[in-house]
Amino acid sequence: MDTNIITLNENQLTFEPGETILDVAARNNIEIPTLCHLKHTIPTNTCRVCLVEIAGKDELVESCVTKAEPGMVIQSESPKVVAARKEILAAMLATGNHNCAIRDLPTEDWTAFQLNVLAADGKQDLCPVWGDCDLQDLTYRYQVKATGMPVTACKHETERANPFIIRDFSRCILCGKCIKACREIQVNNAIEFGYHGEEMKIIAGDDAHLKDSDCVFCGECVQVCPVGALIPDREFRDDRFKPTKVTRTTCSYCGVGCQMDVFVQDNKIVKIDGADQDLPPNNASLCVKGRYGFDFVASPNRLTTPLIKKDGKQVPATWDEALDLVAEKFEAIGKEHGADAMGLLTSARVTNEDNYMAMKFTRGVLKTNNIDHCARL
Amino acid sequence: MTNTIADIEESDVILVTGSNTTENHPVLSTFMKRAVLQGKKLYLIDPRRVKLADHAEKWLRPMPGTDIAWINGLMNVIISEGLQDQKFIDDRCENFEATKAVVEKYTPEHVEKLTGIPADDLRQVARDFANAGAGTICYCMGITQHTCGTDNVKSLANLSMLCGHLGKPGGGVNPLRGQNNVQGACDMGGLPNVLTAYQPVTSDDAREGYEKAWQVKGMSPTPGLVATEMFNKAYEGEMKSLFIIGENPMVSDPDLNHAKKALNNLEFLVVQDIFETETTAMADVVLPSYCWAEKNGTFTNSERRVQRVRRAVEPPEGPKRDWEILCDIANRMGYGFSYEDSHELFKEISAVTPSYRGITWERIDEVGIHWPCPDTEHPGTPILHTMQFTRGKGMFHAIEHVPPAELPDDRYPFILTTGRVLYHYHTGTMTMRTDGLNMLSPECFVEISDADATRLGIGDGEMVNVCSRRGRIKAKLQVSDKAVEGTIFIPFHFANAAANKLTNAELDPTAKIPEFKVCAINIEAAKA
Ligand code: SF4
Ligand code: SF4
Ligand code: SF4
Repeated sequence: MDTNIITLNENQLTFEPGETILDVAARNNIEIPTLCHLKHTIPTNTCRVCLVEIAGKDELVESCVTKAEPGMVIQSESPKVVAARKEILAAMLATGNHNCAIRDLPTEDWTAFQLNVLAADGKQDLCPVWGDCDLQDLTYRYQVKATGMPVTACKHETERANPFIIRDFSRCILCGKCIKACREIQVNNAIEFGYHGEEMKIIAGDDAHLKDSDCVFCGECVQVCPVGALIPDREFRDDRFKPTKVTRTTCSYCGVGCQMDVFVQDNKIVKIDGADQDLPPNNASLCVKGRYGFDFVASPNRLTTPLIKKDGKQVPATWDEALDLVAEKFEAIGKEHGADAMGLLTSARVTNEDNYMAMKFTRGVLKTNNIDHCARL
Repeated sequence: MTNTIADIEESDVILVTGSNTTENHPVLSTFMKRAVLQGKKLYLIDPRRVKLADHAEKWLRPMPGTDIAWINGLMNVIISEGLQDQKFIDDRCENFEATKAVVEKYTPEHVEKLTGIPADDLRQVARDFANAGAGTICYCMGITQHTCGTDNVKSLANLSMLCGHLGKPGGGVNPLRGQNNVQGACDMGGLPNVLTAYQPVTSDDAREGYEKAWQVKGMSPTPGLVATEMFNKAYEGEMKSLFIIGENPMVSDPDLNHAKKALNNLEFLVVQDIFETETTAMADVVLPSYCWAEKNGTFTNSERRVQRVRRAVEPPEGPKRDWEILCDIANRMGYGFSYEDSHELFKEISAVTPSYRGITWERIDEVGIHWPCPDTEHPGTPILHTMQFTRGKGMFHAIEHVPPAELPDDRYPFILTTGRVLYHYHTGTMTMRTDGLNMLSPECFVEISDADATRLGIGDGEMVNVCSRRGRIKAKLQVSDKAVEGTIFIPFHFANAAANKLTNAELDPTAKIPEFKVCAINIEAAKA
């Protein structure tokens, strides 16, 4: 059959007409590295890391924009590809402050290298996404030696003028992923490429601070940024290496019911990310409330003990005192005034299980149908 | 929702009304905005020029409280130009002729007089919506929070049936639920007239089934009172006790001064919550409960998808699960309810709830399932009414426009509508504990058009007193191009300038929803 089959690194793979080489690879769990590609958006071959070699062609091509064609024989890790990829990565490192990898220092001893870099920079901190950076990962995977490359000073100041997002332009590799997230996924149209050449920068509005632009702090751009250029303004940055528990759950705010991953350290939520890119209903997107509105959980002002009003003042009580009183009162009121003199308002915020029990309690125990919730309000 | 959220991107024409989607359902709005990027048409019909207008083909601006008029107007155009889906109407619906007769007088020119929407704009929307392969209608509280809210919803259903847009991908009539588990609270029978899955309390069979399952006797066959009626009865002294779970009606209820007197009048008020609120402050007993991040269980989203909630952090010392507290009280009153955990409770829910019968925690571990899901082999139902309507034939309702209960006059010349902002949620019990959200939205504001502000001679950022027949608040004036002359918007989140001191508790006679979206107010500069 002369049908739709390509050969990628010795694997025979079928494809749908219109699929790119990168699509076919991803579908078959063959990883072709890329820094700018974002699922569900239009590919732009900005970073060029996804280069592949096609038999019979002199030039390497970017797999994110090259459509699969019948009979293509493709290599994604050939010596030629790897050499080109290394050059691209080295050039990227040189454009900014990527001191985890680039410096005119011997790189044999990793720890010594790091300590030297920190000393040279006069800094205590590693890059805030050290260990969680796609560029760093690729640099080590391909053993890119960036020794001898000059460190370019950043022309743009770091922005910390809003409560949620830090923009460190010195680490930006201008991959444009954030723009895709903002304009094609969230369609908030807050950011774009600005200026030219050496001056190029991701700008919001008229090169304003995010808080003075159309930005609505959905954080989608932070979630997709492959490096440390967009980072959450939270303590999580400092606690990268602490044990972290991740729990998949449903957002507690609006009725969209976004699926999210909650990151917890020392029993405290430190970060929330959208769940999987292919998981409905939200395909990894979140809004500002869902992503950043979790401080209430660990608030020191949580109610922790039952309160009973005595002489016009609420005072702490034990569970037994409080529950005995409630049960006693409900029984007395039911007897004296009838069940329909009692009512219960359940909540559109609590779980189905809680609501069901509230319903069972009202109808089965109080024996009235006076139950409602505040969804009308 | 009759259809799914993802389905919105499949529509050819999206009609959004009474919903500030980008602020209230931000992620859902991304589906609408992406559809527009793909060349689909979005029409926004809303009293405010909300953000979504930037993405719309056109923004139509009706006077608040005139929804039935413009919906009838759209139907008038569609019928008079013969654009309706006659086959769908003949095969699947009934009572069309009566509706046709009523909408006859709602000509675009007449509707323009009633609503202020230009006749030609109405024609354009009607034609596009009717000619679309699939057209969806998304609406929210802007449609339901009126004295005629139920009729508004029926009118939208009329419009969708007329064009044959129900029961297919990209179509449907889609209410967007404001709070995370409104759908679930309703499904679970948190309503005065129905048990789980909307089985009527008046049905002897249904009640008998429950009495057997729960091993209780003497359930009441008489439908109960809705929330606002409970408050009225409390005010009058007939309601003696209320148990309020996780709500803060002292900020979210209409006509707060009235609500406060009502709660004060109760013999016994129990409030269960995670924080002290304006409402717990009035309680005889306050019971602390676990919050969302500490619970295992399920929520049901707007598209009827039952999804897992999982414990992410260990709960603090002291509080208990909401359902556990209720069990403990019941058992003190002589019952023997006992559940190992939430999972066991969910199994009972599936057993007594026909539309949840096939849903198990195992099945929804990774991806949620849309009810109805009658058995464990059933894949769930993303789109409702594909073959026929729940009641058999789709019923057209002939509905006339009725003006809102309170209209502006000389003393109260402005119309007030209320709602939410992006950065806060409901009464702020949760969002106001995140500093960043407070920084981005620190306080209440009174949104007004430039023209009105100029006429009043009050500038942006100045403090104003706002009063209605029921109360008065003080807040900052915010001149905005979202506002249209004569209409004022105030968010209801903020307890210290509670918009609901102003609102009208007048109810829709069927859905019993207060008319939050229209009341008459006056504004004057506040003396410092
Ligand atoms: S900020 Fe991040 S995502 Fe955006 S262009 Fe720079 S590196 Fe890429
Ligand atoms: S936070 Fe959201 S709106 Fe703001 S720039 Fe990032 S993607 Fe755009
Ligand atoms: S993340 Fe935002 S849009 Fe999604 S459910 Fe939560 S509040 Fe709604």
